[in-house]
Amino acid sequence: MTPRTIEMELSTPTLDARGQVRNVPLGVSRRPSESVNDDFGAEHMLVNIGPQHPATHGVLRLVVELEGEAVKRVIPHIGYLHSGFEKLGEYRFYNQIIPLTDRTDYLSPMANNVAFALAAEALMGIEITERCRLLRVIACEMSRIISHLVWAGTTGIDLGAFTPFLWMFEQRERIYNLQEAWTGARLTTSVSRIGGMMADVPDGWEAGLQEFVRTFPLTLREVDTMFTRNAIWCGRTQGVGVMSAEDAINYSLSGPMLRASGVAYDVRKDRPYLGYDEFDFDVPVGEHGDIYDRYRVRLEEMHQSVRILDQALAKLKPGPINVADPRISLPPKSRSMSDMEAMIFHFKQVMEGISPPVGEVYFGVENPKGELGYYLVSDGTAKPARWRIRPPSFLNLAALPKLCDGALLSDVIAINASVDIVMGEIDR
Amino acid sequence: MSPLEKGFLLLAVVKMIAVFSMVMVGVALLTLMERKVAGWMQNRPGPNRVGPMGILQPAADGIKNFIKEETRPVSANSFLFLLAPALSFIPAVMLIAVIPLAAPLPVDFDTVLPLIGRVAYHGLMPIAVADLPIGFVFILAFSSLGVYGIALAGWSSNSKYSLIGGLRASAQLISYEVAMGLSLIPLLLISGNASFSDIIARQQQGLWFIMPLFLSFFVFLISGFAETNRLPFDLPEAESELVAGYHAEYSAMKFSLFMIAEYAHIVTVAAMVATLFFGGWDIPFTHWDERGGLLQTIVTHGFFFAKMFFWIFFVMWIRWTLPRFRYDQLMAVGWKILLPLSLGYIMVIAIAIQVIEHGFGWTDPRAEGLSLFVLNLVLGWLVFWVLDSGRVVRGIAPRARSAAASGRGN
Repeated sequence: MTPRTIEMELSTPTLDARGQVRNVPLGVSRRPSESVNDDFGAEHMLVNIGPQHPATHGVLRLVVELEGEAVKRVIPHIGYLHSGFEKLGEYRFYNQIIPLTDRTDYLSPMANNVAFALAAEALMGIEITERCRLLRVIACEMSRIISHLVWAGTTGIDLGAFTPFLWMFEQRERIYNLQEAWTGARLTTSVSRIGGMMADVPDGWEAGLQEFVRTFPLTLREVDTMFTRNAIWCGRTQGVGVMSAEDAINYSLSGPMLRASGVAYDVRKDRPYLGYDEFDFDVPVGEHGDIYDRYRVRLEEMHQSVRILDQALAKLKPGPINVADPRISLPPKSRSMSDMEAMIFHFKQVMEGISPPVGEVYFGVENPKGELGYYLVSDGTAKPARWRIRPPSFLNLAALPKLCDGALLSDVIAINASVDIVMGEIDR
Repeated sequence: MSPLEKGFLLLAVVKMIAVFSMVMVGVALLTLMERKVAGWMQNRPGPNRVGPMGILQPAADGIKNFIKEETRPVSANSFLFLLAPALSFIPAVMLIAVIPLAAPLPVDFDTVLPLIGRVAYHGLMPIAVADLPIGFVFILAFSSLGVYGIALAGWSSNSKYSLIGGLRASAQLISYEVAMGLSLIPLLLISGNASFSDIIARQQQGLWFIMPLFLSFFVFLISGFAETNRLPFDLPEAESELVAGYHAEYSAMKFSLFMIAEYAHIVTVAAMVATLFFGGWDIPFTHWDERGGLLQTIVTHGFFFAKMFFWIFFVMWIRWTLPRFRYDQLMAVGWKILLPLSLGYIMVIAIAIQVIEHGFGWTDPRAEGLSLFVLNLVLGWLVFWVLDSGRVVRGIAPRARSAAASGRGN
């Protein structure tokens, strides 16, 4: 074999005389390899994990530079699911934006719906009714549970434990059934409206949720049995992907990622909305900032969500779900078909939307994945001049290269799972 | 060729065909069993569409794999790419050949067959394709051949995922091969013979080796899992990391061969655990099974099958329960725990046998077995205490329960 020159290395590789791509020599680090796309012979190997890969949670693409199994560099590439939600929102009435929020963090659609409604109401200065408030709390906590269930399940799969995933999905299905009973949709719920909810819960729904609240902790206990003291699980998660409290704040992490690092920041406690300060619940905080603590924090948060659901159900009294102002809430269908004034309000709202005063608002809520913020700028028309989302996954994902410092290939998968990303929200 | 030689060959061919078909059909049914077991553990029905209770699912899968398109990456090394599945499949199926599946059957015939001529056989026929006097060594040699198939598959695919899978497989299989081989030396020390029939005979006289050689069993079982490339040792094909690892580029029947090899390995490991540590076809507390006869052969085969089946189930049970090791942890377990453990165990057992047989003069297999059992209780407790308290593998010991989730109340 003659030594190859730099020119040959840089030249475009071609097929040989028989039309075959030439074969790859293995383990020859000095000589550039001879195949089409290779760094096989190079000292470091670039591996694409994603956008089509079993463990990228959507269409995240990680370009990983490997030296053997050790990871030298991780570069996340995003944008494969870009839908332009924020721009689309500028051409929609406020109520019409709500369906877009379903599709950002599609693992907790109800929480997004509620968050958007809250932001718009803050902009317009609307006070919601008591029943609406409690229903929104219920919607948020249900979302937190399903989102964390998906997280724990898929992280289990990424670490090789398949079975608990299905146990958790069985529970998630129960919440989906409740969501379906309430809104008619399992995933694209669009449950909230400016100044109220899209519908009240159907008869018997509360009993169904009560039953869930009663039996769901049993599954959590089973998952706890499978993971928490499992030697392999501990070995794979403890001390992996460590983030100190200081770094976590500097990387602007939020949600369980931040709390696992020991920072007790929870929007529900620190800037209470929906009357979360009335509820009795704890904010679990980790101390090592590794995957294991993130797991423990999320598991505990599910227990806390169950507590909140229980209290919210106890407080839930019959009453109106929409504000009485007919310029904000659509009148009931029966009235708009029979009553002249109601029909006018219906027409005005559908055709012209609701116009907030000129101004801007940032409203942050504690979504399952972290602090979800909606920033709205109003120029006085019925459509927002600007709508920006602060997606928790996006900011959490930005810390991935830092988290993967000194990790092995398997750790990258585990760390990526522990961040709990959802690409709909990152690419928007 | 004399009639006796012809008779021997004839029986060997019949046994070969029977065992091979048994393994192939068994493997097909195991894929169904695995999915049913998984379904059972995961609160779902498992396959139930093809045939009653999904019993024809393996047939459907087989047909599907036969008629699927065979794809080959354009830059793959075509010869090795073709060779690898075969190299993986053949040793896996060969292994079962030396394992005695039942009590020897007394056979006595002397007859003339068309084309073949006069054939005759007198005496006990071992119910194994080949009851080799070096059965043990054969198993170790052939099971270590499996690594070539996987390593070559990983390399020849010319894919990065496959390459990493192949490299992991080579490292893993070679490491655990060592521990596996060493863990079986104490068996040889006790039985004094490398033939499987003699190992079974020894267990019939004394105790099943699970009792006097518990730590051997422990090491063997773990290495066996590693040899089958299944969870928690499925790093070469780790789905969430390497997509499918070494067989990521394989499709259709070539992929099927890898699957068959995997399941054949499970059968072999289960059969070996049953044979080496649970008395093979031995029926405990009776000597009826040692007398020989058709009924004995059938019943003992049933017993062997039950033991093997339990261990096959155990392998599946573990697969659907545990997460996967990381590469360095896998190596740590292999080299830092299993290897020293089995080496030390060889020394301890060798000394113990010497002391028991020559010091105390207890040559009765049962007395020897019981005294070793007592020794194992102590050793086993010690080993598990050390392993469990996190002194060996760093990070495996769970943290104190109060570590996380220290709540911040209202």
